[in-house]
Amino acid sequence: MNDVPSIVVDKLVKRFGGFTAVNQVSFQIRSGEIFGLLGPNGAGKSTTIRVLCGLLTPSSGSATVVGFDVARQAEETRQHIGYMSQKFSLYNDLTAIENLQFFGGLYGVKGRALDERIAWAIKMSGLAGSEQLLTGELSGGWKQRLALGCAVLHRPQVLFLDEPTAGVDPLSRRQFWEMIHQMSREGVTILVTTHYMDEAEYCNRLALIDEARIVVMGTPTEIKQTAIKGDLLLIECSPLGGGLAAIKQAPGVIDASVFGAALHVVVSAGRQPVTELPAFLAARDVRVGRIEHIHPSLEDAFVSLTGSRALGREPSQ
Amino acid sequence: MNLRRTAAMSRKEFIQIRRDPRSLIIALFLPLIQILLLGYGARLDANHIPVYVLDQEGSQDSQALLKAFQASSYFDVVKVAKNYRALVKAIDADQCKLGIVIPWDFSKRLDDAGRTSVQAIVDGTDDNSAQLAEGYAQAVVETYASNMQLDWFGRYGLSQQAISPLSVDYRTWFNEDLESKNFIIPGTVALVMALMGALLSSLTIAREWERGTMEQLIATPVTAMEIMVGKLIPYLVIGLIDAVLCAVFAVGWFAVPFRGGLGAFFLATTLFLIVILGIGYMISVATKNQLGASQYALLVTLLPTTMLSGFAFPIDQMPAPIRAITYVVYSRYYVSALKRIFLSSAGISDLVPELVAMTIYAVVIGFFATRAFRKSLQ
Repeated sequence: MNDVPSIVVDKLVKRFGGFTAVNQVSFQIRSGEIFGLLGPNGAGKSTTIRVLCGLLTPSSGSATVVGFDVARQAEETRQHIGYMSQKFSLYNDLTAIENLQFFGGLYGVKGRALDERIAWAIKMSGLAGSEQLLTGELSGGWKQRLALGCAVLHRPQVLFLDEPTAGVDPLSRRQFWEMIHQMSREGVTILVTTHYMDEAEYCNRLALIDEARIVVMGTPTEIKQTAIKGDLLLIECSPLGGGLAAIKQAPGVIDASVFGAALHVVVSAGRQPVTELPAFLAARDVRVGRIEHIHPSLEDAFVSLTGSRALGREPSQ
Repeated sequence: MNLRRTAAMSRKEFIQIRRDPRSLIIALFLPLIQILLLGYGARLDANHIPVYVLDQEGSQDSQALLKAFQASSYFDVVKVAKNYRALVKAIDADQCKLGIVIPWDFSKRLDDAGRTSVQAIVDGTDDNSAQLAEGYAQAVVETYASNMQLDWFGRYGLSQQAISPLSVDYRTWFNEDLESKNFIIPGTVALVMALMGALLSSLTIAREWERGTMEQLIATPVTAMEIMVGKLIPYLVIGLIDAVLCAVFAVGWFAVPFRGGLGAFFLATTLFLIVILGIGYMISVATKNQLGASQYALLVTLLPTTMLSGFAFPIDQMPAPIRAITYVVYSRYYVSALKRIFLSSAGISDLVPELVAMTIYAVVIGFFATRAFRKSLQ
């Protein structure tokens, strides 16, 4: 990692008719950094990536990738970037190796370099022995690693990954992230969008995006510290709904929300709620099970910053 | 334009055609089916027209006339009707297209007055066949009449020159026997090119959008020009192969002559394909869906090529306003070139007007086609 910014986005705005998909978004990404855009579907993550790949022109603001203005120098930009779109978009009627040859040809990789890169991609994606299968017959994890292979055949300086692990099994996801980290160590700048919280933790830095704006930006730890001003408690109680309503009235409680089968409650730092709250709830007919201090997760941070909107929800667009 | 990227594009497109049964059928079988159907079906001349005859006289003269009908390859005398009603019924039942009635006083009037007539009843439901049947029947009767005249003059010792001081010796060039297949089949090559070219090229861009592969494609450095040229080269090659296939079929199967130059044939076909593929490609860019694109493409290529190119309906017989329209129908130049390449011995230098017109079209369409596609998701 060094301090030269590889991607500079400044007050970027993208409108579709009357709808603003990206609103005044600014960030900088250093070379070799893994930068995550985290947010619910429809928040503007994919649109931001598409603008940076030169697939959409910005309505206002500017963006440069490895020094090229993405709006005016789209073709130059594309020489230096790799892109994996949200939907799997290789050719299902081509074999794995034909897809690699095709994209190698488009990126101008030739001769021995191409053979080497294809061999590398096949090894990396675990496709050895299956390279003559039609891509449509491969499983999700294989397809995804093949798509990554196609996107980085030309050793791009910057890699854009739009929801790369959607619909892929957990083991494949972990393997995928190991490859991403390997590339980052080799100096590739990576911009990845996701709505998986555990994946966001793998990023060096994150920007939380909600409703077209960046809500907060920083390392995962910074974000959690910024977001949760106080202590975080986990409370198992029943009924859950009644407990939520009741606990919001309790002294010292800043915020509360439902997480799975329990409540996450933010209380003012330094108080002793673990002893006070059970009595408070019991007086209101809420039976309390477990109650303990926990470390905030990114999801806690996100909920606290955006006003209790769950992240992993399915798209409503 | 980068050749390596263009070649990668072409190679990918070839592989996809090879693996797609629908494309293969359109590329290889449709042209064959089309030329067979058109070669057999689209004939404007009639042979073996079914005829009923009614000989009310039954004399030597009347039988001689009926023999002339029997001898003609244009007619098949299906049946000798017993009476007038049977003949009318046969026409109503579509058992014959023509009824010949020889009146009871046929030879009597011939002897007395020196002139007589026969009645011909023609089924006019098919205008073209009716006209042909009428014309052929007239020809048979006239031949019979002039033979009789010759006989008569002979009997009175007059020489042939005396009756016919002047006659026209017709000699039809390029299609000596005036066979309509020779007139029609060369033009079907244009139809095959239009159908195959429009159908396949209209799928090119739409397929990438429909299958979701476009986004990945346009995120690479490949240019719009390289996408277009790379995608269309395979169809140009297939088109030329189809053209050869059609020509071989026309000559080998339908016995149509091929007298012109191969250079002119390939040049004209290439120019025509560039126009057709360019149009199909632009439609594919505009509609973004395969079904819609193929429908539009057929509408703007196959329809004018069938109706307004002079393929089957001669342009100089069209009403003036329609004739004026044909000048902007690019296929008229190709059809005209094809007919002259097949039937007369036209080479490139004989076809300058057609080739120039087609070059202008190819350049204009090519110009717009390269600008049609923008590498953008908007």
